[in-house]
Amino acid sequence: MSKLVFQRPHALTDIPFSYCPGCTHGIVHRLVAETLDELGIEGTTVGVAPVGCSVLAYEFFGCDMVQAAHGRAPAVATGLKRAMPENVVFAYQGDGDLASIGTAETVHAATRGEKITVIFINNAIYGMTGGQLAPTSLPQQVTQTSPYGRDVNEAGFPIRMVEMLSTLDGVALAQRVTVDSPKNVRVAKKAIKKAFEYQVEGVGYTIIEVVSTCPTNWGLSPADALQWLRDNMLPYYPLGVYRDVKAEGYANVAEAAAARAERLASGGDA
Amino acid sequence: MSEKVLMKGNEALAEAAIRAGCRFFFGYPITPQTELAAYMAKRMPKENGVYLQAESEIAAINMVYGASAAGKRAMTSSSSPGISLKAEGISYMAGADLPGVIINVQRGGPGLGGIQPSQSDYFQATRATGHGDFHLIVLAPSTVQEMTDHAYIAFDLADEYRVPVMVLADGMLGQMMEPVVLPEPKTDESDKPWAVTGHKGERPHNIANSLYLAPERLEETNVERYERYERIKATEQRAEEYLLEDAEIVLVAFGASSRIARSAINKAREKGIKAGLIRPITLWPFPVDAIEAAVPGAKAFLTVEMNMGQMVDDVRLAVSGRRPVEFFGRTGGIIPTPAETLAAIERVAVSLEGGAR
Ligand SMILES: Cc1ncc(C[n+]2csc(CCOP(=O)(O)OP(=O)(O)O)c2C)c(N)n1
Ligand code: SF4
Repeated sequence: MSKLVFQRPHALTDIPFSYCPGCTHGIVHRLVAETLDELGIEGTTVGVAPVGCSVLAYEFFGCDMVQAAHGRAPAVATGLKRAMPENVVFAYQGDGDLASIGTAETVHAATRGEKITVIFINNAIYGMTGGQLAPTSLPQQVTQTSPYGRDVNEAGFPIRMVEMLSTLDGVALAQRVTVDSPKNVRVAKKAIKKAFEYQVEGVGYTIIEVVSTCPTNWGLSPADALQWLRDNMLPYYPLGVYRDVKAEGYANVAEAAAARAERLASGGDA
Repeated sequence: MSEKVLMKGNEALAEAAIRAGCRFFFGYPITPQTELAAYMAKRMPKENGVYLQAESEIAAINMVYGASAAGKRAMTSSSSPGISLKAEGISYMAGADLPGVIINVQRGGPGLGGIQPSQSDYFQATRATGHGDFHLIVLAPSTVQEMTDHAYIAFDLADEYRVPVMVLADGMLGQMMEPVVLPEPKTDESDKPWAVTGHKGERPHNIANSLYLAPERLEETNVERYERYERIKATEQRAEEYLLEDAEIVLVAFGASSRIARSAINKAREKGIKAGLIRPITLWPFPVDAIEAAVPGAKAFLTVEMNMGQMVDDVRLAVSGRRPVEFFGRTGGIIPTPAETLAAIERVAVSLEGGAR
């Protein structure tokens, strides 16, 4: 008897990915699809594909999908989730999408504790439009629109998104992962699965930031891109759990927020 | 059930939307439509509906996009500057063939403008509510009763044609109180096999999308949508006529300014000037058939608007050079008075006499 150990997740259609060779978008798609399979939620899930390289995600995921305007995925996901509280809703967004044009939508969906899951691909650059400065581009990073390197005095500093969002009361889970090694892929998978589980349990807003590569626009081979990620991105964007209300012992964000308010009122730390 | 109640336009419209089966309202405060949102905030929880104050108009329309994609009757409302922010989302809804209802209780513009009633978003509503090749169905109420009726039918029109529908009101209609007969509550019974509700393993996955990278495919969807627009033009033109049978000077006015036009027409008649009115109820599709029918009897047309002359372009297109088409309007949030409108009619009458001599 042969044992099946590896196959294409059911929640992925058989349309070939449009991503460049070595781009980590593909790995993350697979992790999301495996999660939908394992939790048996493909049939009740609606995904939101944003604007960016992942704009065609609506073709790749087998669940019902909505394509949203640049940055607006959290608002579209909010409309979907409010209309169908029993369904699972996720948005899959790049850094330009989530941390630049869609910052307001991101912050407010998070602060409302919108019961959605956001998969946030941070590749420190705009991929689809050909490698421009992103809000997450590193200091000194050369991009098409920072040809002399990102000068923080002019272009400002990169945003650490999950750190920022983790301060908001509506956030149930905020974690940063990467997919540069089999070990880290396993950690990422667990985080993504946990985020969907929290949504099913109604804990609150969940976001998993995946530190990713863009070999094409970084001008590096896939292997060198992974090394660049380890050498440059991970020191700036440390991996880890920034908020997990269940690990803190609360059933949901409302309980966690009430406890935080009490701590603050009695002069304690947030 | 059909007793008359005294209601403010904004509130009557909100109540009618609920009675039309709308259970999802996403808004952001702006004068002069805020009572509408406040009414929804009070009523929706009692109807097991959702009222959500979005962080911006941009977010609000995108929430409507999401709820409409899920097959629900959803609505947003705003006033002129807010509608500009919704333009992006409206275009995406049109591109994804989603229904949805947008209320614009107009104020003066451009920019922040003022908060007084205006009709200066006519071009925006009928020409370019957002980028790309598309139209909205645009309804123009002129009474609080019509604010109610239009909100009620807007959802059916949106579902039937899978297009966003705009009710283009103005601050005067939103704020005024009049007796209204509220419609009977109905439930949304439209079939929406395209909705993204989760496929439950029972059908191929549904996608709400407006992206077509291949130009031929995009052209196909635009052509298909324009075929639908042709059907809408053929069946949904609406207009009301007043003293038109023997009218030589045909006023064309919609919404609040049509009320002033009526008073002015009555005064003109007392002075022996044969004036009449065509009141477009649908601004898109524009009621060209009503204009066409009036051309033979008319000596001249005169549009009365609360803007610098926007609908006059549509009337000129419909009249197509066969008769003179004049314009009278006030802008900036000023409502034309019956007396100055009468003076405009008299000017047209005098110029006609001059032409005949
Ligand atoms: C309103 C609007 N502005 C700009 C664009 C052009 N645009 C397309 S993708 C993109 C950036 C996407 O970058 P990111 O979100 O980081 O995703 P990636 O492509 O890197 O995966 C931009 C600016 C657009 N489609 N819409
Ligand atoms: S451009 Fe960059 S982010 Fe986009 S698919 Fe290629 S490698 Fe991936």
